Amino acid sequence: MKRFLFLTSALASLAVTAAAQEITVVSWGGAYGASQMEAYHKPYQALTGIKINSVDADNPATPIKAQVEAGNVTIDVADVEPSDLVRLCDEGALEVLAIDELPDGADGTPAAEDFIEGGLYDCGVGTIVYSTLIAYRTDGTAPTSTADFFDLEKIPGKRGLRKGAKYALELALMADGVPPAEVYDMLATPEGVDRAFAKLDTIKDQVVWWEAGAQPPQLLADGEVVMTTAYNGRIFNAMISENQPFELFWPNQILDFNLFVIPKGAPNKEAAWEFIKWATDTQRLADQASFISYGPARKSSAPLVGLFKDGKTEMGPHMPTNPDYMADALTTDIEFWADHDIELNERFNAWLAS
Amino acid sequence: MNAGRGDEAFVAFEHVQKSYDGETLVVKDLNLDIGRGEFLTMLGPSGSGKTTCLMMLAGFETATHGEIRLAGRPINSVPPEKRGIGMVFQNYALFPHMTVGENLAFPLEVRKLGRAEIEAKVKRALDMVQMGAFAARRPAQLSGGQQQRIALARALVFEPELVLMDEPLGALDKQLREHMQFEIRRLHERLGVTVVYVTHDQGEALTMSDRVAVFNDGRIQQLAPPEELYERPENRFVASFIGENNTLEGVVETISGGACTVRLATGEILDAAPVNVTRPGERTTVSIRPERVEFKPENIPPGVHTVEAEVLEFIYMGDVFRTRMRVAGNDNFVMKCRNSVGQRKLEPGERVPIGWAPHDARALDPL
Amino acid sequence: MAEIARDAPERMTAADGTPLKAALARAQGRARRRAFLLVAPLLVFVLASFVIPIGQMLHRSVHNPVFSANMPATTAWFGANPVGTEPDEAAFAALAADLAAAAEARTIGAVGTRVNYEMQGTRSLFTSAGRKADDLEAPFRAAMLDLDRRWGEPELWNTMRNVSSPYTANFYLAAADRFRDLDGGISRVAPERQVYLTLFQRTFLLSALITAICLLLGFPIAHLLATLPLRYSNLLMILVLLPFWTSLLVRTTAWMAILQGQGVLNNALVALGVIGDDGRIALMYNQAGTVIAMTHILLPFMVLPLYSVMRNINPSYVRAARSLGASSWTAFRRVYVPQTLPGVGAGALLCFILAVGYYITPALVGGASGQLISNLIAFHMQNSLNWSLAAALATLLLAAVLLLYWVYDRLVGVDNMKLG
Repeated sequence: MKRFLFLTSALASLAVTAAAQEITVVSWGGAYGASQMEAYHKPYQALTGIKINSVDADNPATPIKAQVEAGNVTIDVADVEPSDLVRLCDEGALEVLAIDELPDGADGTPAAEDFIEGGLYDCGVGTIVYSTLIAYRTDGTAPTSTADFFDLEKIPGKRGLRKGAKYALELALMADGVPPAEVYDMLATPEGVDRAFAKLDTIKDQVVWWEAGAQPPQLLADGEVVMTTAYNGRIFNAMISENQPFELFWPNQILDFNLFVIPKGAPNKEAAWEFIKWATDTQRLADQASFISYGPARKSSAPLVGLFKDGKTEMGPHMPTNPDYMADALTTDIEFWADHDIELNERFNAWLAS
Repeated sequence: MNAGRGDEAFVAFEHVQKSYDGETLVVKDLNLDIGRGEFLTMLGPSGSGKTTCLMMLAGFETATHGEIRLAGRPINSVPPEKRGIGMVFQNYALFPHMTVGENLAFPLEVRKLGRAEIEAKVKRALDMVQMGAFAARRPAQLSGGQQQRIALARALVFEPELVLMDEPLGALDKQLREHMQFEIRRLHERLGVTVVYVTHDQGEALTMSDRVAVFNDGRIQQLAPPEELYERPENRFVASFIGENNTLEGVVETISGGACTVRLATGEILDAAPVNVTRPGERTTVSIRPERVEFKPENIPPGVHTVEAEVLEFIYMGDVFRTRMRVAGNDNFVMKCRNSVGQRKLEPGERVPIGWAPHDARALDPL
Repeated sequence: MAEIARDAPERMTAADGTPLKAALARAQGRARRRAFLLVAPLLVFVLASFVIPIGQMLHRSVHNPVFSANMPATTAWFGANPVGTEPDEAAFAALAADLAAAAEARTIGAVGTRVNYEMQGTRSLFTSAGRKADDLEAPFRAAMLDLDRRWGEPELWNTMRNVSSPYTANFYLAAADRFRDLDGGISRVAPERQVYLTLFQRTFLLSALITAICLLLGFPIAHLLATLPLRYSNLLMILVLLPFWTSLLVRTTAWMAILQGQGVLNNALVALGVIGDDGRIALMYNQAGTVIAMTHILLPFMVLPLYSVMRNINPSYVRAARSLGASSWTAFRRVYVPQTLPGVGAGALLCFILAVGYYITPALVGGASGQLISNLIAFHMQNSLNWSLAAALATLLLAAVLLLYWVYDRLVGVDNMKLG
């Protein structure tokens, strides 16, 4: 009898480990996906023997919605933007996570306090802080203020902007003189929206709209645009790894988080949660900064950030979380976008098509 | 060459040559005069150059060398639409997206005739081929014979003086073909147009034409009225191409004054008329029509040589008896006799001497 | 008796005495079953990959049960009270209970999003109310209004009544830049929000233009292909088909390299001195880019049907026309071209339908002015996640294409179309 019990429990544990031998992680691909691969997936695989299937998506939120609706979820972990996180979480498409199980910071700070404001939700755990900001070619006129982005006389030529209401409207208002702290209050009013679109009108025929994060460095490299909004990590990559003559304009940078989530009904929920807990600890978040210039979502990771993987580039000046850049930075208001995304994007699409 | 019925050559080919690839000639030095109102047929196996000649006349192919004249005027550089030549195609080429009436009106419309005139002419042309009730039909709704009539009417409706026909009856069954041969002949006589007709069917050529030009290997082998072509082929090709024909190989033994004797491989001697042979010792092919072969001694002209034949097969064909026999090693020697009263049926295995009038056996060029 | 007399001669029997019809049915039944088994895999495939998805799309465009499923009490109140009824205490009680339950079930966001589709800015109303719904106490009307004045707005209640029905035509209204107003009538949305009609119109105009250019470019190529000797035409055919064998993305990216401001074409023009360095032509990120790249991509779809039709046109037709006195131009126009119409029709229809649904190319090279309706469908599929609206837009597009097909059938006849 004893022996029988032992056998069944052994079999059961075998079944559990067998089922958890693989987890599927959906992310954005590119240099960002590669940095996750280096900092999280490979070490975790080496540590636990669990195989991580890495899948790229244009926006990982789309397959989550599709799979949850269809009731056939294959994704275990996804890397999403905050606005999608809030929306998916509200719609019940994500598992609620036991946030208090997250490990404390390396310095002993409880996780709830260690994560930067906006980096922790009951459906998601922040990994990186990235910035959307103006990038320009060093062989042209350098902008000295956000307003220069809209000044066709001072800096003539095409500009790149992300196709969508988000970032474009904030940038327009800040260029029009609205302080970062008041941007979302302003955008919540019809006048504020009109004001933002009026500002965008001034450069509408000079804008090249990009959609994928890989496009802005390409546009700059081709000389198609003289400056563009871009994700700081992509530009960093082009500057350091490809020696492109680019520079970033840090003032008025717009900060965003990326977060790990688990879709409702994920096949390997427990294994996924174990992976997230491990991947978002102080050391792992700091490690990722060696592979891409996105800031770690934990404050305790900052002192551990060192050199880039090339072994000579100090990452500090390339981190959006660098105190020098935080003064007039704007942090994306997730709640605002969750509420106004549809409305403002409809308006944006209509504006774009007219 | 003689100019047929007309006084002067209406159509003239002069030293015309045609090559497609610059290496071989498909038409070699063609000289041909066609008289006004004549019905001339170009007959020959496929690849003999007859269709190329027709296409050069129509203007769809250009002569590589030589001159083609129409009513005395050189037309080498005249585009097809300016030649005013009617043409009937092998597949009829009726425009499938137009009704019969529209097809007929087409040549008149491009000639900018008045509406009333067009209608009158279309009606007349349709009546001419007994298709008056079909003006509103589409070509696809007509039978092959009906399409043929329409194609004919369309080629004639603008009253050309010359009509070219490229195997126009090839797609019809035998009975319809014979009927249409008669119709075309009748139209030709009624309208007095000049017709150049291309076919590979020798029966068609013989029944319809004033003259037939037999083509082979890019040359005219013989140009003659049908009767002459059949009775007096000028070479082995024409003899074998026109009608059924027995050949015997041999060497000229004697030749004098329009008669010769030929020694066969078996040593037998026969009488023939020299056509392509001039002196004793020359090799020759003797050609004899099956219906001119006689086996009853009373029918064989007196004084001529006879040859021994072994009957291999006897075929009863109703109006004629067809006897296949071995003659001087040739197993396919055929004799045809009329099924007349008292005609004897030969039995296979029987050996009989056969003979013929010397002028019916023509000593032609050797193999 | 009369009946028997009439039936009798019809009842033929087979040699073994069974009725002939039964014998025939048995004999053919086997063959029929086998034929069915042979096509069954395809049938299942078509059903699974085409009929069911399209059916689902159609269904989704009119069916959105998010509100009725998650707000059952409020939905019931709407069912019990006719349009125009002031929301009473019972209504607010039902709403409060539903909000609390939906917040518990984490579906409050979906409900808010659904209402937000029809009435902007209401999502946060629901999510914030959901967070506090547990604390609400009777009287619920006062408590709710205390939470946010907007809960008393007739427009909100009207919108909730609209979305409480799982079946709705509102997504179609939205897809036509219209909405159901307070009186239940249909109005156009504010001018700065109108986008779909403009895009539909632009999509059809650009597709027609692209189709026309494809025809103009494709006709001579197809004619050349059809008349050249086979060994040359095969070579040329490979050139025509080459784009088929290249990834769409690669081709589009190649066009970007050629057309962009610093691209091959502009550089060549500048080098040749045709244009100045400041006068570079904007060939990309606008309609010109969309038209050029899509024409290139769709050209084979025009050439192939044209070619297959032209190959089968016997050259004797044109010869006949010329022998009848028509100049080469007249023969071409009146005899050749009409016979190519089945190919022209098929090619044009194919190009147009493909162009209408194109998405990647305009997204990459179209810029703002070269966007087509499919880009917005993609936007609603991938970004706004408003799949009902995406389905409604796609259905309208499908309907427009079917209408076009119908018109084509009436004018030309579908059996007059030759695809190859």
